[in-house]
Amino acid sequence: MRDLSDRSIDTAVQLGASYADVRVVRRAEESIAIKSGRVEGVASGESEGFGIRVLVDGAWGFASSSDLSATEADRVAAEAVRIAKASATALRNRVRLDDRPPARGTYETPIQEDPFSVPLEEKIGHLLAADEAARSVKGVAFTEARYDAQRETRTFAATDGSWTEQTFTHVGAGVEANAIEGDEHQRRSYPDADGGPFKAAGYEFVRGLDLAGHAGPLAEEAVALLSAPQCPAGRFTIVLDPSQLYLQVHESCGHPTELDRVFGTEASYAGTSFLTPDKLDEGFRYGSDLVDIVADATAPGGMGTFGWDDEGVAARAVPLVRNGIFVGYLTSRETAPRIGRQSGGTMRADGWNRIPLIRMTNINLLPKPGMSLDDIVADTDDGLYLASNRSWSIDDRRLNFQFATELAYEIKGGKKGRLFKNPTYTGITYEFWRSCDAVGDESSYVMLGTPNCGKGEPGQGAHVGHACSGARFRDVQVGVGKW
Amino acid sequence: MVSAGLDPLAAAVRAITLAEAGGANEVEAVVSADEARLTRFANSEIHQNVAETNESLNLRVAIGRRVGVASSNRLDDEGLRRLAETAVAIARNSEELDDWAGLPEPSPITEIPGGHSEATARATPEQRAEGVRAVIAAADAAGVRAFGSFSTSAERLAVANSKGIRAEQRRTAAQLLTVMMAADGGSGYAEGAGVDVTTIDAAVIGRQAAEKARATANPVSIEPGDWAVVLEEYAVVDLLSLLAYMGFSALAVQEERSFFEPGKEIGSELVTIVDDAFEPGAMPMAFDYEGVAKQRVVLVERGVCRDVVWDTQTAARSGRRSTGHGLPAPNPYGPFPLNMVMSPGDASPDELIGGLERGLLVTRFHYTNPVHPKLAIVTGMTRDGTFLVEDGRIVGPVRNLRFTQSYLAALAGTTAVGRERRTLRGDFGGVLVPAVRIDGWTFTGATEH
Repeated sequence: MRDLSDRSIDTAVQLGASYADVRVVRRAEESIAIKSGRVEGVASGESEGFGIRVLVDGAWGFASSSDLSATEADRVAAEAVRIAKASATALRNRVRLDDRPPARGTYETPIQEDPFSVPLEEKIGHLLAADEAARSVKGVAFTEARYDAQRETRTFAATDGSWTEQTFTHVGAGVEANAIEGDEHQRRSYPDADGGPFKAAGYEFVRGLDLAGHAGPLAEEAVALLSAPQCPAGRFTIVLDPSQLYLQVHESCGHPTELDRVFGTEASYAGTSFLTPDKLDEGFRYGSDLVDIVADATAPGGMGTFGWDDEGVAARAVPLVRNGIFVGYLTSRETAPRIGRQSGGTMRADGWNRIPLIRMTNINLLPKPGMSLDDIVADTDDGLYLASNRSWSIDDRRLNFQFATELAYEIKGGKKGRLFKNPTYTGITYEFWRSCDAVGDESSYVMLGTPNCGKGEPGQGAHVGHACSGARFRDVQVGVGKW
Repeated sequence: MVSAGLDPLAAAVRAITLAEAGGANEVEAVVSADEARLTRFANSEIHQNVAETNESLNLRVAIGRRVGVASSNRLDDEGLRRLAETAVAIARNSEELDDWAGLPEPSPITEIPGGHSEATARATPEQRAEGVRAVIAAADAAGVRAFGSFSTSAERLAVANSKGIRAEQRRTAAQLLTVMMAADGGSGYAEGAGVDVTTIDAAVIGRQAAEKARATANPVSIEPGDWAVVLEEYAVVDLLSLLAYMGFSALAVQEERSFFEPGKEIGSELVTIVDDAFEPGAMPMAFDYEGVAKQRVVLVERGVCRDVVWDTQTAARSGRRSTGHGLPAPNPYGPFPLNMVMSPGDASPDELIGGLERGLLVTRFHYTNPVHPKLAIVTGMTRDGTFLVEDGRIVGPVRNLRFTQSYLAALAGTTAVGRERRTLRGDFGGVLVPAVRIDGWTFTGATEH
């Protein structure tokens, strides 16, 4: 890989590149999908290739190929340079990168049990057991259980002599039960159907989930939801379980703090951000004093944990919101100097055939000592407890959001009571976070995340982490639309 | 241009031979050779510009009723041998599928010449940059900033199986889209897409977006609630894409999670939706990822549910034949319509808006997501051009709104359909759609821009 990288860089420099970096990526994936006791799909995937990113006349070009031959290295490097020269014909501001020391070293996700070495029959058996436990509950229409593992080896080389080698192992698994009656379709999932059950870890993480142990109770909840009353509409105090709160952090804090988005480079696709640089300068109040959010690429178990980002910047923790005040962005070597800072090391690419973009690492809402999540419920006279994401949407500046969860429990007098179906809530990002008056302590602090954070054109999916402990919000609009 | 080195069909047949030698008694190979290029611009300059060359093979094998799938982009002899071994090993260690339908038998495949354009396949970075400069020039002339992307791609796709299917086709796609934004809060959108890049007029797209960005300056707030709307084609794409996702797949019907029931009236008689892979405006394709010939499927006819799309597995369960809508294995989503077409009506653009006594003109939607799939309730935002219309005339721009709306109710409330249609790229393939007018669209929130 070193030879291929060096050759690509040499070719690019000879053709006029002032800067070049090369990533060679090998990705192996394994997935198992069970549906209602049927082994619906067992698949293995491998993809490898390299991508070279070049600066010519201050403009970017990128080309990539799955052919790792020396002649292809020359061809692809030349194509990247040609593309950069085409970019330069519509350029108004030459790209400048901040300085950083050359990156050198190795990183590997710490794991206890290699998921690719666990026998396939055993992994299928774990899922079938969970699926069976869910299916055995009367009234369940269909069930699903899923397992995914990914291992990626990635080298990075750059014209400044940087050379890093990294190996990442991510795994996930989950089970869900679906109950259907007439037009009503209710789903319950564990740990969370739309993300959540993924971690940078080995198979020990899957064993620790105890899917079979959780499957029965969640299936009973799915069936109970069919006859549960519709979640009431109005202004409520809500307590968000970590299985929903992580996505709230993702959408309403993670994305709007991406500095490339702030500068408009995602405007044509995912949009921009309300967190403009003037808000950084003025100390904009993003949330209540209890809200501390950090982008931490060193957090154990997080899918956004690494040694170096895809520009060779070493992993670090960057505060985004401190005591409720907006204090930082997710940045790159190109964007950080524009606000007088240095890159926080958040450039990540989805494989060999994509350029690095500013991506979330592990965006964590820090726990607060004092109240456990149970204490928060006990401290709530009248409210709703919402868990497990079902639907999400937010506007193109990350202000107006709306989420649906799989269920809500009424809270009366500090106790969880009736079950409600089809809960939704909506708000404006900073108003919502300012209404946060309790954050759970370490006892419920858990690393979750999503393996499918979308961004960019052509589209990229990122594995990102979110640790949180649950929190309470006041005066939130619950119940949206006609049902 | 797609690299000439690989013969996709030959690679597929080679993989089948290797898997059969390893003990598989049914084998399917899907080979894709792609060249994808995309030039992206923001703040009226090119900021990202990328190229990808890739070849991959997806191998599905069955040993009796045990099925395994493996994929790789290493298609040399060693790579294919390892791939075949992996797929066979997975099948051996998997569980039996009681209702395994087997791989499909060969069927006659009609060649569709309109799916490939040599001009698109040979498009250069200089050509894309020229198109981007034309868009930027339109933005400069209007005093706004341009953002967007210009992509061209070419694919050679081959599907072969051990029962004798040998299918191969070349496809291309091009798309130019732009968002333009003004300092005074204005925002506009325009897009062109098609098989042939030369059909995309960058200057026209640039002018359309620029005009809208100017027209949306200083938008005012309005109250959410039920409004009659005219949805431009860009918004209608979302309607069709999410209805497909929530309900037009045979698997969704079999699992009872779809709204679809044959003969059920779900829309006004103005609404006819088909999946038509032969329609030149919907980015045609001759066969699906199982190598089964595409069929035209009427999904909704004059408001009444007619059929859904089928692949081999779902068809066998219901005693039907595949309609050629299989996706690459393993496929938990089931069959899927990839060439959605909505029939035109007879309304001109002016008549669509002219029919609004008081309502909103919506350019497009943003970040839509099902809230309750079986009821087809979706939430999302408006974006890049929302206007108040009174007495059939556009009064002025309004700030963006959130909606929480049943897309079935939207079909039922359709009161007019445009006679002109656009080819656009949806989330899942080519789409050919008109603009529509709908009564009673439920807006449930507002934002600050």
